[in-house]
Amino acid sequence: MLKFDNVTKIYEGGKKAVDKMNLEVEKGEFIVFIGPSGCGKTTTMKMINRLIEPSEGTIYINGEDIMKKDPVKLRRSIGYVIQQIGLFPHMTIRDNIALVPKLLKWPESERRARAEELLKLVHLPPEYLDRYPHELSGGQQQRIGVLRALAADPPLILMDEPFGALDPITRDSLQEEFKNLQQSLGKTIVFVTHDMDEAIQLADRIVIMRDGKLVQVGTPDEILRNPANDFVEEFIGKERLVQARPNIQTVEQIMNPAPVTISVDKSLSQAIELMKQRRVDTLLVVDDQQILQGYVDVEMIDQKRKKSYQVGEVMETEMYTVKKDTLLRHTVRRILKRGMKYVPVVDNDHRLAGIVTRANLVDVVYDSIWGEENPEMTGQQEG
Amino acid sequence: MDSVIKFLSQNWSEILIKSWEHLYISLAAVLLGIIIAIPLGIVLTRVPKIAGFVMGIVGVIQTFPSLAILAFFIPVLGVGQVPAIIALFVYALLPILRNTYIGVRSVNKGMLEAGRGMGMTSWQRIVHVELPLAVPVIMAGVRLSTVYLIGWATLASYIGAGGLGDYIFDGLNLFRTDYIIAGSVPAIILALIADLLLGRLERWVTPKGIRNSKEAI
Ligand SMILES: Nc1ncnc2c1ncn2[C@@H]1O[C@H](COP(=O)(O)OP(=O)(O)O)[C@@H](O)[C@H]1O
Ligand SMILES: [Mg+2]
Repeated sequence: MLKFDNVTKIYEGGKKAVDKMNLEVEKGEFIVFIGPSGCGKTTTMKMINRLIEPSEGTIYINGEDIMKKDPVKLRRSIGYVIQQIGLFPHMTIRDNIALVPKLLKWPESERRARAEELLKLVHLPPEYLDRYPHELSGGQQQRIGVLRALAADPPLILMDEPFGALDPITRDSLQEEFKNLQQSLGKTIVFVTHDMDEAIQLADRIVIMRDGKLVQVGTPDEILRNPANDFVEEFIGKERLVQARPNIQTVEQIMNPAPVTISVDKSLSQAIELMKQRRVDTLLVVDDQQILQGYVDVEMIDQKRKKSYQVGEVMETEMYTVKKDTLLRHTVRRILKRGMKYVPVVDNDHRLAGIVTRANLVDVVYDSIWGEENPEMTGQQEG
Repeated sequence: MDSVIKFLSQNWSEILIKSWEHLYISLAAVLLGIIIAIPLGIVLTRVPKIAGFVMGIVGVIQTFPSLAILAFFIPVLGVGQVPAIIALFVYALLPILRNTYIGVRSVNKGMLEAGRGMGMTSWQRIVHVELPLAVPVIMAGVRLSTVYLIGWATLASYIGAGGLGDYIFDGLNLFRTDYIIAGSVPAIILALIADLLLGRLERWVTPKGIRNSKEAI
């Protein structure tokens, strides 16, 4: 699909930003470039749509040398998303999304239909089409930025730190959403980031760069298990090496399989009794099929206990859960980062399988750090 | 005061005609300024190295006394409306040129790169991105030069271009306050109305998405 053949970029003034790069990207692959600031990621990406032209070497897309194509046509056939918002503030969301179709002279009716169809992919209501970018939150704007890149259905999409400016929680949910989207649409993605978590979560293959050169190319697992050298190891960070521990892979393996539960039809006084007995402040609420319904905690019960409610009437149903076969490397840091005390683990039918507590996770993380042969390396790890 | 009212009631139709001449000279000069300065301003954003130099020259010309400029055109273009319009146009140039340059230059670079990366040609970027986003700033320049020119257009009477300046100069020569008032008050009113209407126009041509929002450019 995409091939770099001995590509070098030397800027005016002699800065060698990319040095003899060779790389082949398969169709449908999600490739993530990562490396410290200034290592040449953006330069590499911009050479693909000819915003920057290589000094030496050749880039091929589907076997064709891109320098032989008309740059404007080439760019219209490649999706492009950048970190800065990049939406046009004077255009409605509809016009922003349908910009490339407009450049390609699609008829108005098709452009409208396309914008509506795309907006559904990110679960935003159609009213948003007539709004302006400043009326949307940062996360929503960046969703539109992604849709805009998808508008003319290009097989290849370039994304330069697209989620870099978002807050961590918005970023998490966009990453998840985007990964699903990419898998269902089968696009080839070239993605640049300096956030290792993002790379691990999204990439089929990660390309680690340093000073314009490729240091290591491999799947997230390969890189986590066999970092090519000290630079890669340091770049990955010790605390992430847990994610590569071959013996622990899924949430199911570390969860507590017997959380304290109560069924929906029990009374509040029964709930309090159970809490006292088991010395917990929260109960997971399940129905008679063990399907997770929500949770109740001491405070919620405290407010309502004068009247004789059932657990099912006071419980909170909004809660974050993980599937038991989720890979640990996808969840550990997310849970720790969000500061959640625990997360219920469910199976595919939303049946309660167990619970992962913050303590569980911290144990796993520290085990892997202290379990290593280098005990003096442990000082500054975050929990 | 009585004499002023009497003068007005006897000469109102002539005052209207002179006001129209006055407006015509000023607006023609502004229009000429817009036609030249906006494209030139855009071109200058493409060659920032010479932009400072060009604007420096325009700025220096602007400081020449207006009467000198008017007089300068007499040997070349003779007297009448045409040389007056051309002389005034020189003054319209700078505010519009400078504002176009600043307005277009300050369009967010990331946005332009997004446009280029999506396959917009340079022309499409100018028409669909840079100009719409620079409109408020450009319009402020147009408004400023229009108000100035309505003032300076009184001098056009010196080279036989007509306009409200005729009354003012006659009044000064004949020591007739009523003439001076008949010339200056309509000129002030014209300037105020032009300012008001251009303010409306500015709002109207500003794309909806960037009205009321400071982060526009
Ligand atoms: N237009 C340019 N002219 C000269 N040097 C540049 C230019 N753009 C980037 N560089 C340099 O090239 C190197 C790689 O930059 P870049 O590709 O932007 O890195 P990254 O995206 O990995 O942070 C950096 O040292 C940067 O300073
Ligand atoms: Mg970069």
